[in-house]
Amino acid sequence: MEGETMIYFDNSATTKPYPEVIDSFITVSTEYFGNPSSIHGIGARAENLLLQARKQIAELLEVKSSEIYFTSGGTEGNNLAIKGAAHANSGKGKHIITTAIEHASVMDACMYLQDTGYEITYLPVNETGKINLDDLKKAIRKDTILVSAMHVNNETGAIQPIEKMGEILSGFHNILFHVDHVQGVGKVPLDLKRTGVDLCTISGHKFHGLKGTGAIYIREGVKVSPLFSGGSQESKIRSGTENVAGAVALAKALRIAMEKLQTDIDKLRTIREIIWNGLQHIEGVEVNSPNDGAPHIVNFSIPGVKSEVFVHSLEEEDLFVSTTSACSSKKKSPSKTVMAMFADLVRAESVIRISLSYQNEPEEAEMAIELIRETINKLQKVMR
Amino acid sequence: MKFDHIIIRYGEISTKKRNRKGFVDKLKANIRWVLEEFSNAKLSANRERMYILLYGEDPQDIIERLKGVFGIQSLSPALKVGKDIEEIKSAAVYYFEQLSEKVSTFKITTKRSDKDFPYNTDELNHILGGHLLENTEGITVDVKKPDFNLRVEVRREAIYLTGEVIPGAGGLPLGSSGKAMLMLSGGIDSPVAGFLSMKRGLEIECIHFYSPPFTSERSRQKTVDLAEKLAEVSGSMKLHIVPFTEIQLLIQKQIPENYTMTSTRRLMLRIADKIRERQEAMAIITGESLGQVASQTLSSMYAINEVTNTPILRPLITIDKTDIIGMARDLNTLEISNRPYEDCCTVFTPASPKTKPRREKVAFYESFVDFDALIDEAVQKTEILTVSGVKGRKSDLEELENLF
Repeated sequence: MEGETMIYFDNSATTKPYPEVIDSFITVSTEYFGNPSSIHGIGARAENLLLQARKQIAELLEVKSSEIYFTSGGTEGNNLAIKGAAHANSGKGKHIITTAIEHASVMDACMYLQDTGYEITYLPVNETGKINLDDLKKAIRKDTILVSAMHVNNETGAIQPIEKMGEILSGFHNILFHVDHVQGVGKVPLDLKRTGVDLCTISGHKFHGLKGTGAIYIREGVKVSPLFSGGSQESKIRSGTENVAGAVALAKALRIAMEKLQTDIDKLRTIREIIWNGLQHIEGVEVNSPNDGAPHIVNFSIPGVKSEVFVHSLEEEDLFVSTTSACSSKKKSPSKTVMAMFADLVRAESVIRISLSYQNEPEEAEMAIELIRETINKLQKVMR
Repeated sequence: MKFDHIIIRYGEISTKKRNRKGFVDKLKANIRWVLEEFSNAKLSANRERMYILLYGEDPQDIIERLKGVFGIQSLSPALKVGKDIEEIKSAAVYYFEQLSEKVSTFKITTKRSDKDFPYNTDELNHILGGHLLENTEGITVDVKKPDFNLRVEVRREAIYLTGEVIPGAGGLPLGSSGKAMLMLSGGIDSPVAGFLSMKRGLEIECIHFYSPPFTSERSRQKTVDLAEKLAEVSGSMKLHIVPFTEIQLLIQKQIPENYTMTSTRRLMLRIADKIRERQEAMAIITGESLGQVASQTLSSMYAINEVTNTPILRPLITIDKTDIIGMARDLNTLEISNRPYEDCCTVFTPASPKTKPRREKVAFYESFVDFDALIDEAVQKTEILTVSGVKGRKSDLEELENLF
C-alpha cells in the first residue's frame, strides 16, 4: 500500500471506509449473523439490528423508518427507482424526463426503458452544469410519470436546482420525482420532505461506508415495482436476505458523515478553494466545475494532454485523481458531462477530476497544486 | 433584531383554583425537561403565564418543542425593545415578517402603563399602523376582525411586542392527574389509549404479558419500542413485563375453550391490579373500544371487570377503529404495532370466543383451580425495564450502541 505521503483525491470514485464502520461490520457479521427472517432468537437479534439501522438512517434523512429500503448501492437504487417507478406507473403514462449529465445507472436505465416503449426527454445543461427550469416546464407532458435528476453531478460537482424543480413538480400529481443523491449526501444538504422528493438514492461507499451497501428512500404511498423476485424482504421492494452487517455499517457511516457536515464542511470548502484558486493560475488549465458547485469536486481540463497520461503521471508522485467518473474512465471516452456543458471535444477528452472527502487536509491541496503545475510543465515539454 | 422571549398561556389549569401551584410546578418541570438542550433559555412562571427568556436560543426550535407539551393552551413569540420610537417601529415590521402564516388584515392594540412615555396610545397606534402599511405589502387595517392583532405594551422598564397566538397541545401537565397503569399489548389501540391518558395529565407505567415460547422475543421488542414511543412524551417509561406462560397453560387446560379468552383477561387484570398496587397507581388503562371484537363487547367487559373495583379507564371506548388507526399513524406507533408478530392476545385466541360470556359461568370455571399462587409468582418475577424516549433505547440494548 502507498505510504503516508500519498494524497488520495479520488473520493467520488470511492472513499476509504472508516475503521469504526469496519468494526461494526465485523462485530455484526460474527456475533449477529442470523437471518432476520428466522423466527428464533438469533434471527430476532439480527432483525432488531436491521430495525435500528433503518431507524437511524430515517432519522438522519428526516423521513420515516418505513420509507427506507436497503439496497446494494447507487446503481441498484437508481435502477429500482427508475425502472420500478416506470413499471408500477405505466398505466398513467410512459414519458420520463431526465438530464443529459446523469450517472450511467440512470442513463442506461432510461435507455432500457426507451427500448421497451417509454419516451425519454433529456434536458440539456448550461456551462455551469445546471438545467434550465423553463426547459423542465416545457418538457412536462400529460403522460409524464417520472423526473430523475442527480443532486450533485459526479464528474463536475455541479448542483442541480432540486428545490426549484420540486416546486415545479409539486403541481403535477402524476409525476414522481427521483433524486440521485449519491454524490450529494453528507456534503450538500437536501431536505427530502420539504422539496417533495418521492424517491432518493444513496450509496454507502461514497461516504466512508462499505461497497455493496446503500439505501433508497421511497415516500409513503409511492408505488414501485421490485427488480428482484424472491422472498419478499424489505416489504417486497427488495428481495434477498438482508445484509444486516452492511446496513448497520451504512447507518454508522451516514451518522458520521452527517456529523462531519456540521463540523468539517468549512475545511472542505477551504481545500476546494485552494485547489480552485490554484488551478486558475496554472497556464493551460481550464476549470470545468462551476464556482457554485459542491464543496468536494473540482473538474478541469488540460487541452492537448490526454487524461490518462496525466493521471498516471500524478500517480508517480503519489497523487491519486481520476479522469471522468470512475465508472466510465476505463473506456477512454470523452466526458459526457463536460461535453454537455461546453460542447468542446478537445476539452472533454482531457478531463481530470479531483474529489475530496472530510479526511483530506488543506496542506494536501497545496502540495497537489504544486505537483499539477510541475507535471504539466514536464508533459508539455515531452509532448511537443 | 430577534424574538427574545416566548409567552406561554396555561389551558385549563388557569381555571383550577387551589391546586394551581401543583399544576404549574408540573408544567414547569416538563418544559424544563423538553428544553434541556437549550441551555441558555430561562424559564419564569407566575400564576397566569410562563415566560421563556431565550438569550440567543432559536425561537422556532423552542416553539416546535413546546407544541408537544401537555397543559399549554397557546404560545406567542415576543420582543422586548427600548423606549425609542424608531426601535418600536422596526420591531413591529420584524414581527410581521416572522409571522408563520400570511395575514391580510391587522390592527394594533397599545397599552400604556408608563404615562411618561411621550406618545399616548392613539398616537402610537397611528404611528405604528402607518409605518407597517408603508413597509409591508398586501395588508390593510381592520379594527373589528383583524387576522392579526399586534399588541404593544409600554411599561416603565421597556416596551413589549407580541400578537401571534400559536395553539399548544392542550390537555393537562403530565403527571398532574396522578398515576395509572397501561395494559400494553403490542396492538394498535393501547398506545393510543396511553397517549390520550398522558394528555389528560396521567403519569403512566406500562404492563405487558409475555408468554414465551408462544410469543416471540420480537413481540416483546415490539412492546419495548412502543413504550419508547410513549416515552417521547414523558422522557422515560417503566415497562413491566409479566411472565404469563404458566398461567396461560393452566387456563388452556382448565377452562372450556370458548371461555379461555374471558378468563385470560380476568387474570391479566388481576395481575395488573397487583402491580398497580405495588407501584401506587390508582387506575388501569386499556385500549378497549366498544364492540370491536369478542373481548370488547359490553358483556365481556362486565364479566372481566368483576375481578377488581379499581377504576378501569378506557379512553377509546367510543372511538371508531378507523379513527384510532388514524391517531396511531399520527403518533408514529402504527408502523410498530403493525409488525406481524404474535402477541399475547392472538396466540391463544379460541376459534369462537363467547361474545356474551356470563360472570357466574367464568367464575365457576375458575373456581376449580388456585390461580392466586401463580399470580403472586408472576408479579414477583415481573421484569421492570425503563426505556427512555429521546436518546435511543437503553436497557438491554446499551451494549449495541457503539455499533451505530
